[in-house]
Amino acid sequence: MSRLVVPSIGPASSVQDGGRFGAQRYGLTVSGAMDRLSLAAANTLVGNEPFAAAVEIGPFGASFTARDGAVRVALSGAPRNADVAGNPVAMDTSVTLKDGETLTLGFARGGAFTYLAIEGAIKGEPVFGSLAVNARAGLGSPYPRPLQAGDEFTVDAASGAPELRIELPKPASGPIRVVLGPQDDEFDEANKALFLNSEWKISATSDRMGYRLEGPAIKHLHGHNIVSDGTVNGSIQVPGNGAPIALMMDRGTSGGYPKIATVITADIGRLAQTSAGTAFRFKAVSISEAQDEARKFAQLIRSLPDRLRSSDTVALNIEALSDANVAGYAVSAVDAGTWQVAAEP
Amino acid sequence: MAATLPPPRLLPSGDSAVTVEFSRTIDEDANQRVLALDKALAASPIDGITETVPTYRSLLVHYDPGKIGFDALGEKILAIATQPLPPVTKARRWRIPVAYGGEHGIDLEDVAKALGTTPDDIVARHVGGDYKVAMIGFTPGWSYLSGLDKSLHMSRRQNPRLLTPAGTISIGGVQAGIQCLAAPSGWHLLGRTPVRTYQLHRNPTFLTEPGDRVTFFAIDHKTFEEMDRAAEAGEIIAEQVVA
Repeated sequence: MSRLVVPSIGPASSVQDGGRFGAQRYGLTVSGAMDRLSLAAANTLVGNEPFAAAVEIGPFGASFTARDGAVRVALSGAPRNADVAGNPVAMDTSVTLKDGETLTLGFARGGAFTYLAIEGAIKGEPVFGSLAVNARAGLGSPYPRPLQAGDEFTVDAASGAPELRIELPKPASGPIRVVLGPQDDEFDEANKALFLNSEWKISATSDRMGYRLEGPAIKHLHGHNIVSDGTVNGSIQVPGNGAPIALMMDRGTSGGYPKIATVITADIGRLAQTSAGTAFRFKAVSISEAQDEARKFAQLIRSLPDRLRSSDTVALNIEALSDANVAGYAVSAVDAGTWQVAAEP
Repeated sequence: MAATLPPPRLLPSGDSAVTVEFSRTIDEDANQRVLALDKALAASPIDGITETVPTYRSLLVHYDPGKIGFDALGEKILAIATQPLPPVTKARRWRIPVAYGGEHGIDLEDVAKALGTTPDDIVARHVGGDYKVAMIGFTPGWSYLSGLDKSLHMSRRQNPRLLTPAGTISIGGVQAGIQCLAAPSGWHLLGRTPVRTYQLHRNPTFLTEPGDRVTFFAIDHKTFEEMDRAAEAGEIIAEQVVA
């Protein structure tokens, strides 16, 4: 066995997997990765099951050091600068950290969550079938709380398998798609239109429980008290102050505010990866279109192993280069072979 | 053959869940039908259903749209949900201790003022209730109770609090509640109970079940501290009364 230690990590980072299902009837929150596709992609790169437990890294930086042997990991999700001893590591690739080597990650550049999957997956004691951290309920393993500097994981020694990259489809752009309801009849046509036709921003007070939306106040037809009923990932409820809240993975299993719409399964990860302050819109689709998209999304996750490529075949990665330049490093195409980063000015 | 019952409304909750709504208000008959449908689906599962969540007035049915579509699932649910109800089985009753007011119930005085009466009177009306666990939800063990005295019905807060304490006993709208863990809430906080309706390494993990009966009794803050220590050690503080 090797160890992967965490010398530094920002807030809002935790162990997450596919989630904790089956006890919502007792109020047990499902939790799980905010961006399931990125979790699955990272896991697939290192040969794990798609929804195995991995590290969900919040918008700030982090570092991971291999001890007592080599550790093979992979990154997917919100893009950020990553390097091992000054050698850049691209998103959507695997990399093996030799004993003592440190993978250093910068801030997320767009989006919020990046997934670090570890070959052999994170090990722990599952509760209701999951290692996912639910800090409010004190659940999650090996740490039932967000990660802190000094934490460590006991992990499989690296297999020595060749490094891989994964070709993901270009993320969809455009509005976040919703199915209206279940309580859209608690709003009149004008307020439904206001919800669908306005520009929204995610408030900085958002977290894994819910994304608070900033925009026009949505008025209820009969007031904001309804009898509490069940919620799902992506329920958009409207409390008394008229500011909608999109319920995310650490949502309560029920709620008593009218839910005007529900984000479709295929778009929840996109919403999760929308940075605070970025303007976006919603678009209503039919239930049959939403279910077609959900089936396509499930098919995409099943197809991830077919999207693996040898990382030797990486041509010049223009996107990674421009990303690096955006971050202020002086990287030219000429240096691409060595990926040497110029010293700070 | 007994006549079939009126069909519930089928409201899509996105692409992977449907809210089977029997009533828009808190209604004892509707809650009976929710719990009966929940039992029926557990006894004869429909392929594609992954999980069900009973609430006051609706059953939330989670399903995999890769296995069954909204229309096909809706037909099957309606066929079951319109069948006559099976006979009701006997409920158990919990007696739950509550320390009212002060630091444990920061809204008690405001609630009394809003309703034009005294804190003691609010406590008397709350303790006087005969409640039923209509559903459990929001956070682990949060038991939503029907049976709140009509004179205590009041709108939730305009701005939900970001954090309220573990064990909070509160009211919101026409509902009363036993909250287990610290959580956000828009309800009015009357007191706290040392009872844990959810405790991970205790048997049972979850104390209450939908359909259980509940009554409250007042304890002083010193008794709260003593009971809280015992509960923390895994003792079941609530008294179970065999009906």
